Amino acid sequence: MKTLKSILFILIFSLLLTPSLLISQDKELLGAGATFPYVLYSKMFDAYYKETGIKVNYQSIGSGGGIRQLKEKTVDFGASDAFLSDEQLKEYDSPVLHIPICLGAVVITYNLPGNPELKLTPDVIADIFLGKIKKWNDPKIVSLNPGVKLPDKNITVVHRSDGSGTTFVFVDYLSKVSQEWATKVGRGTSVAWPVGLGGKGNEGVTGLVKQIPGSIGYVELIYAKQNKLPVALVKNKSGKFIKPDLSSITLAGAANIPEDTRVSITDTDAPDGYPISSYTWILVYKEQNYKNRSLERAKQLVKLLWWMIHDGQKYTEPLDYAKLPNNAVKLAEKIIKSITYNGKPVYKEVGIK
Amino acid sequence: MANQFIKKLGLSKDTLFNLILTISAVLLIILGVGFFLSLFNASLVSLKKFGLSFFAKAEWDPVQEEFGALPFIYGTLLTSFIALAISLPFSIAISIVLGEYFQKGFFAEVLRYLTELIAGVPSVVLGFWGLFFLVPIVREVEMKFEIPPYGVGILTASLILAFMILPYSGSIGKDAMRLVPNELKEAAYALGATRWEMIKKVMLPYARSGITAGIILSLGRALGETMAVTMVIGNYHGIPENIFSPGNTIASVIANEFTEATGEVYLSSLMYLGLTLFIITTVVNLIGRFILKKLQH
Amino acid sequence: MKRYLFRIIKSKIISVILTLIVILSTIPFLLVLYFIIKNGISVINWEFLTSLPKPVGEPGGGILNAIVGTAMLVIMALILSVPFGILVGVYLAERSEGRIAFFSRLVSEILQGVPSIVIGIIAYLWVVKPMGHFSALSGGVALGIMMLPLVIKSTEEILKLIPREIKEASLALGVPYYRTILKVIIPAGLSGILTGILTGVARIAGETAPLLFTAFGNPFLNFDILKPISAMPLLIFTYAVSPYEEWWAKAWGASCILVLFVLSLNIITRLLSRR
Repeated sequence: MKTLKSILFILIFSLLLTPSLLISQDKELLGAGATFPYVLYSKMFDAYYKETGIKVNYQSIGSGGGIRQLKEKTVDFGASDAFLSDEQLKEYDSPVLHIPICLGAVVITYNLPGNPELKLTPDVIADIFLGKIKKWNDPKIVSLNPGVKLPDKNITVVHRSDGSGTTFVFVDYLSKVSQEWATKVGRGTSVAWPVGLGGKGNEGVTGLVKQIPGSIGYVELIYAKQNKLPVALVKNKSGKFIKPDLSSITLAGAANIPEDTRVSITDTDAPDGYPISSYTWILVYKEQNYKNRSLERAKQLVKLLWWMIHDGQKYTEPLDYAKLPNNAVKLAEKIIKSITYNGKPVYKEVGIK
Repeated sequence: MANQFIKKLGLSKDTLFNLILTISAVLLIILGVGFFLSLFNASLVSLKKFGLSFFAKAEWDPVQEEFGALPFIYGTLLTSFIALAISLPFSIAISIVLGEYFQKGFFAEVLRYLTELIAGVPSVVLGFWGLFFLVPIVREVEMKFEIPPYGVGILTASLILAFMILPYSGSIGKDAMRLVPNELKEAAYALGATRWEMIKKVMLPYARSGITAGIILSLGRALGETMAVTMVIGNYHGIPENIFSPGNTIASVIANEFTEATGEVYLSSLMYLGLTLFIITTVVNLIGRFILKKLQH
Repeated sequence: MKRYLFRIIKSKIISVILTLIVILSTIPFLLVLYFIIKNGISVINWEFLTSLPKPVGEPGGGILNAIVGTAMLVIMALILSVPFGILVGVYLAERSEGRIAFFSRLVSEILQGVPSIVIGIIAYLWVVKPMGHFSALSGGVALGIMMLPLVIKSTEEILKLIPREIKEASLALGVPYYRTILKVIIPAGLSGILTGILTGVARIAGETAPLLFTAFGNPFLNFDILKPISAMPLLIFTYAVSPYEEWWAKAWGASCILVLFVLSLNIITRLLSRR
C-alpha cells in the first residue's frame, strides 16, 4: 500500500509540475543570439550581476537564432549583428526595436606558413569565396602581395554553418562589391555557400582555420585577435588598404545613422574606415506587455539596456570591441525611452531622466 | 481518506490497480502516436511545399527558401555504411572470440567490459576526442595523399561511428553465438572438424541471423547519432565528392540549425528532416528487432 | 596425418588472430580514456567543482552550474519515467497478449530506437513552444522520454523471469492481486529494475543533442525548473568547439568527470546484474 501511495504521489507530483509554469521570477533575464558580442556580453553581464544581483543568461546561438527566438517570444531580448529588414519586421506581431550596443568588424583570417600580412581587394575576396580562385599562389593574390611567399596550396574556405550576423555582414559586403555574388548567392544570415566547409559559431570557424593549413575564413575581429590569427588588409572604396582595428572601425561607423539605427556600414564611404564593419544590436519588443510578462521584468530589461549603452561601454575597448559613437548613444537613449508597458513608457518608472 | 473514496466509487482495489496499469499502457500508446503526429504536423508546411521532391533536391538555401534533403540523406547513409563496413570484421571477431573462445573467466570478463564500455562514453566526449586526436591524424594522411587537408569529413565521422556501434553489433553477435546448441558443436568435432572448421561450418551459419540483427540494430544507431558526427563531419551543405570531403548528416543539420532557423519554411524543413530520420531509423530498428524476436522463439 | 596437423595449426593461428583483432578493437576505448584522463585530471580541483564559469580571459572558474544542471535533469527524467515505466512494464509482463500490450510494446521499441535529436525536437514542440521559453523541465522531459523504454523493458523482462509459483503462492494465501504485485513481485525483481534504471541514467547523463534546444544552457546557478539550465554534456560541447584553450581545458575536465561517472555507473550495473 505504501508503495502504491508513493507511486501515486510521484505521479501527482510530476503532474503538478505543469501548472507551476505560470510562476515566473524577475531576477533573471534571458537573451540569445549573436556570437560576435558574446565575449563582451558575458563580461558585461558578469559585472552587472555583481553590481545589481540580476542574472542575465545570454546564450550565443547565432543572430538567426536571436531573431527567431525573439519572434517566438522564448527570450527577453534577441541579439543580432544584422538588422531586421522591413519584410522581416512585418513578420513580428508587434513592433521591434533595435538598440545598438557596440561596433565590430568582420576580418579575413587565414592559416599560411609564417602567417604573413596579406592585402586583399574586394573582387579577390569575392572570387575566393565563390570558388573561382582556388590556389594561394594565384596570380591575382600574388600581384597584390609582392614580397610575400605564397605556397602552391589549395585554398580551403571556411564559413559559418549556422545562421549568423557575422555571415550577414560579410555577404552584405560581398553583395555590395561583387555583382556576381549578389546574383548568385545574395545576402542573409545563412546562405548557400558555393564552396567550403562550415564551423559552428565564430568559435567554430576560428577553430577550423587554426587547425587547417591553407584555410581562409571570416570571423569577428576579436576572435582573430584573441587567437593571434593573422588578418588581411582590405581595400576600401577610397582605394586604401585598411587594417581592421578599433579606430578604423569607429571611423567606418561615424556615418549618418538613421533614427531607428538600422543601417549597414559595410563598404563605407569613410576614407579611412574599414569596409567590413557593422553595428551589433539588441532586439526587444517596443510593447513589453506580452505573454503575461510582468511590469517588473520590463523594468529590469530597460534598466539593463540603459546600463549597457552607458556604464557597460567601459568594457568594450579592453575586449577589442569598438565603442558606440556619441551620436549612436543619443539615438539609443531615445529608443530605450520609447519602450512601453501597456502603452506607458517604462523608463520613467526606473528613475531614468 | 483515499480508501473511503475508493469504496464510495464501488471499485475494489484490484480493479483500480488494473485500471491504473491499463491506463499507463494506453498512455504510452498515445505518447507514441502523439510523437509521430506532432512531428508530422510540424513538418506540414515544408511537406506541402516540397512534397517528395524534398528528397531529390540537392540545394539547401535559406535565402531563397529552397530546401532539399538529398545531400544529408546521402551523408547519413554514406557515414553509416562506411562505419558498418569498418566495424564488421571487428564485430564478427568479437562474436567469435567472446561467444566461443572465451566464454567465462577473468580474461573474458575484462575483454567484454572493454569492448562494451565504449558504448558508455558520451557521444559529445567522443566527438571532442575525435576533434583533437582523430582529426589531426586524418589531416596528416590527407596531406600525404595531397587531398585538401580538412581533417574533418565523412571518413572521420565514419571512424568515430564505427567505434560507437561496435559494442552493439558485437554483443548481440556474441549472444547469438552462445545460443548455438552444444550438440551441434559436439557433432562437428565428432566428425573430425577442428575448432575453426566447426566455427566456420556450424556456428557462423547457425548464428547468422543473430549477427545480422546486431548489424542492423547498430546501423540504426549510426543513422541517428548526432553529437560526435556533428563535431567532426565538417558541416558542408553540398553532396560530398569523396570520403575525405566534408559533409552533413540529417542529425547534424538539425543540431546545427534548429535554434537558428528563421523562416517558417526553414524550420518546418528541419522538422521534415527529423520526420525522415524518425521513419528511417524506426524501419531499420523494427527489422532488426523482428529478426531477433524470430530467433528467440 | 600431416594434413590434420596442418588443419589444427591453422585453427590455432586463426584463434590467435581473432583474439588479437578483439584486443585491437578495445584500443580506441583505451585511447579515449587515456586522453580524457591525461587532459582532464589536472584541471579538476575544488574550485573547478564548486564555482561558476568566469568570462573568457579571466583565470579560474568552474562548472558548478553544469554539475547541478545535470543532477536536476537526471532527477526530473527519473521522476517522469520511472513510475510510469514500471507501471507499463508490469502491464506488459502481466498481460503479454492483447492489442494494448502489442501496441504499447511496439511504441516502447520504437522509442528505444529514436535518435536523441528527434526526441529533442519533440520536447521542443511539447514543452518549449507551449511554455514559450526554454527550461530545465523541457530538458527533463526529453531525457525522460529517452529513459522510458529502458525502464519498461527491464521491468517487463525481469518480472517475466520471476517464477509463477511465487505469485500463485501469494494469491493462494489470500493476498489481493495488487498487493501481490507491489509487495511480492516488484520487490523480487527490484535489482533487475534498478539495473535498467541505472543503465538509463548512464545513457541520459551524457546526452547532448536533445538539450541543445530545450535546456539551452545557463552560466549561472539555477534551481528553478522553469528556467534554462546548463548540463555537463552541453557545457562540453560549447567549450569543445570554442577557440579558447582555457575552455578546452575546462571541457577536458568536465569530460573526465562525466566519463568516470558514466563508466562507474556501467560497472555498478554489471556487478548488480551478475548477482
